[in-house]
Amino acid sequence: MLFWQILIDGFAISSLYALGATGFTLIFGVSGVLNLSHGALMVAAAVGAWALNSELGAGAYLGAAFGVLTGIVLTLVTYHVVVRPLQLSARIREEEKEIFILTATLLWGIMIQELIAYFFTNNAKSVLPVVAGVVRIANVRTPANEIFTAIICWVAIALLWFIVNRTRAGKSVLAASMNPRGVTLLGVELSSVYIAVWVIYGVLVGVAGVLLGMFLGVSSYSAGPLTASAFSIVVLGGLGSVPGSLIAAYAVGYLETITAYTISPAYRTIPALLLVILVMYLRPRGLLGRR
Amino acid sequence: MKPWDKLVRGGVLCAGAAVLALSAGTGAQAQDKGPIKIGVIAEAQSVAGSSIPQAAQLAAEEINAKGGVDGRKVEIVSYDNHSSAAESVRAFQRAVSQDHVNAVIASYVSEVVLALEPWAARLKTVMVTPGAASDVITENIAKNYDAMKYTFHGYLTSGALSGLVCDAGKDILVDGLKMKTAVIMSEDAAWTTPLDAGYEKCLPKIGLKVVDHIRFSPDTTDFTPIFNQIEAKKPDVIITGISHVGTQPTVQWKSQQVPIPMFGVASQATNSTFWKDTNGAADGVLFQAVSGPGVATTEKTLPFVKAFHDKFGNDPSYAGYTAYDEVYYLTDAIKRAGSTNSDKLVAALEKTDYVGTIGRIQFKGKGDPHVHGLKTGKGLITGLFLQWQDGKQVNLWPKDLAKGKLKFPSFIKVSSSQ
Repeated sequence: MLFWQILIDGFAISSLYALGATGFTLIFGVSGVLNLSHGALMVAAAVGAWALNSELGAGAYLGAAFGVLTGIVLTLVTYHVVVRPLQLSARIREEEKEIFILTATLLWGIMIQELIAYFFTNNAKSVLPVVAGVVRIANVRTPANEIFTAIICWVAIALLWFIVNRTRAGKSVLAASMNPRGVTLLGVELSSVYIAVWVIYGVLVGVAGVLLGMFLGVSSYSAGPLTASAFSIVVLGGLGSVPGSLIAAYAVGYLETITAYTISPAYRTIPALLLVILVMYLRPRGLLGRR
Repeated sequence: MKPWDKLVRGGVLCAGAAVLALSAGTGAQAQDKGPIKIGVIAEAQSVAGSSIPQAAQLAAEEINAKGGVDGRKVEIVSYDNHSSAAESVRAFQRAVSQDHVNAVIASYVSEVVLALEPWAARLKTVMVTPGAASDVITENIAKNYDAMKYTFHGYLTSGALSGLVCDAGKDILVDGLKMKTAVIMSEDAAWTTPLDAGYEKCLPKIGLKVVDHIRFSPDTTDFTPIFNQIEAKKPDVIITGISHVGTQPTVQWKSQQVPIPMFGVASQATNSTFWKDTNGAADGVLFQAVSGPGVATTEKTLPFVKAFHDKFGNDPSYAGYTAYDEVYYLTDAIKRAGSTNSDKLVAALEKTDYVGTIGRIQFKGKGDPHVHGLKTGKGLITGLFLQWQDGKQVNLWPKDLAKGKLKFPSFIKVSSSQ
């Protein structure tokens, strides 16, 4: 019984972690940006979905769609208003740009977080689930929405894999992550590759945010912890490596669930953080990191 | 340093000190004639906290419309503490030294009030909290009364809350539903330590055996393991002690269809927005409160709610009721003391006997382990017990103030025959 509970609960939460971390690692791998407003963007998507349904009565589907749209739009704003001007700036030295972008996205995330708290209060909100009810799997009463969450996460990750490996646009994204100069020499406009990646990232953030809002609920306070958890998963898996992030997401998700069930819910996050430290010590590039 | 320099320097220092002393003197004089200033430090972004400055403002305007206190206007100076203890301390210092407030109403978070308590003592400024619950606040006063006497606990302590939950539990759960077992589920925070201790003591007394006790981190987002652990113990009821969390456990309780009712202190459930925040998952949740929509706890309750609603467009949180009362009894104490001197004000506040919006307000006296805490019980403050039903908060207890009957969503299994 306990075994099945851990297996099922752990799978749902890990899938969600995986989706959240995939976008984060993708954007780092391709454009070298560590986006510290990641959590705030997810929260904004969830709050968008919540607001359209609760405040305007739009229903679960329209609400969810609007939430994803919020995620995409805000992500593009992040790129064009926060990241791009810094990348293009001639007044910042090249080697300092990374730290500037790091700081700028952090501040941008705080701004989004405070705006959400200002307009919608910092109370936790939950997005109306698209599917309601419970299903019995191996005698474990599982919310149908949990299964839905896991399926959508994997569909999104599979789609991402397909786009990157099987389409022309995706292949140029992959190429850009390996050798930006080479891609430009082949006649591909690098800036349009970057915009494509940010759009993909926006979709991932939007979907992850809305699913998170349905599954666990979010508040403006969640922004920081969400960024931190995506960050630790990505560091664990190896910065920039999507497969590494997937493995790490499951490692963290299951470790947390096992701890919560067998030790105490109060210590849920501790073993996963210890694992991150251990990996940093023994294998600083992460599980599947390239460098 | 040359002797001449020394002399000049000394002279300047003396002159400076004299100016300071003079200005302090005139300041104090002006304070006794000018408006009565009350500082309000609160969590303006949270639903519970945002009502605090609003309700205080409403009370001040009402008092001023009737001519003020002995001709002096009441002025509210508010500070947003962004839910941070450090910012609250800075706001408190500014309120006292720059804005020269006569008293402070501060915060609904125990950790914040505990951080401010020594500052109220150091700066000898009366502070009343409209919403914090930790018993340690009053215990600190009892330990060192002469220094700490400036703090007053204007809301129920956790110990008192657990007692009120048990009072209602006896009538609703034990006598009404013939329940026998309970699991305590509470967040790990300063205010729940005495609450849980109170539960552990009073639940067995009313006939509910405590079969498990789960404390979890207030950062918890996934409650699945917690509910599964509780369900495995097969209790009749979950007794809650939650405030930092609320939406998440409630939503997951519904989505997982946990068949056990939740009953106890759930601060977020007292918010009128809770139904929307949880998309209706709140249906069936039972919670302790000091006020409820349409419940005339005293003759002042409903007129206050109406005035608040007319002015701000929403209903006050629990801390709104207490903050509103606090402005009234603070100004009343200033009137009775005939002064804004903090020591005289403390003496006057200790004699408070004021019927407010949540009941009759009297403070426990010197010598009590919870000195300056509110007295509870029949004829004073009894609290209410409400349940969310179809988007509304319905009062069920005490019987003479009940507005409806107990009703659970279909996934809850209440077997009264057990």
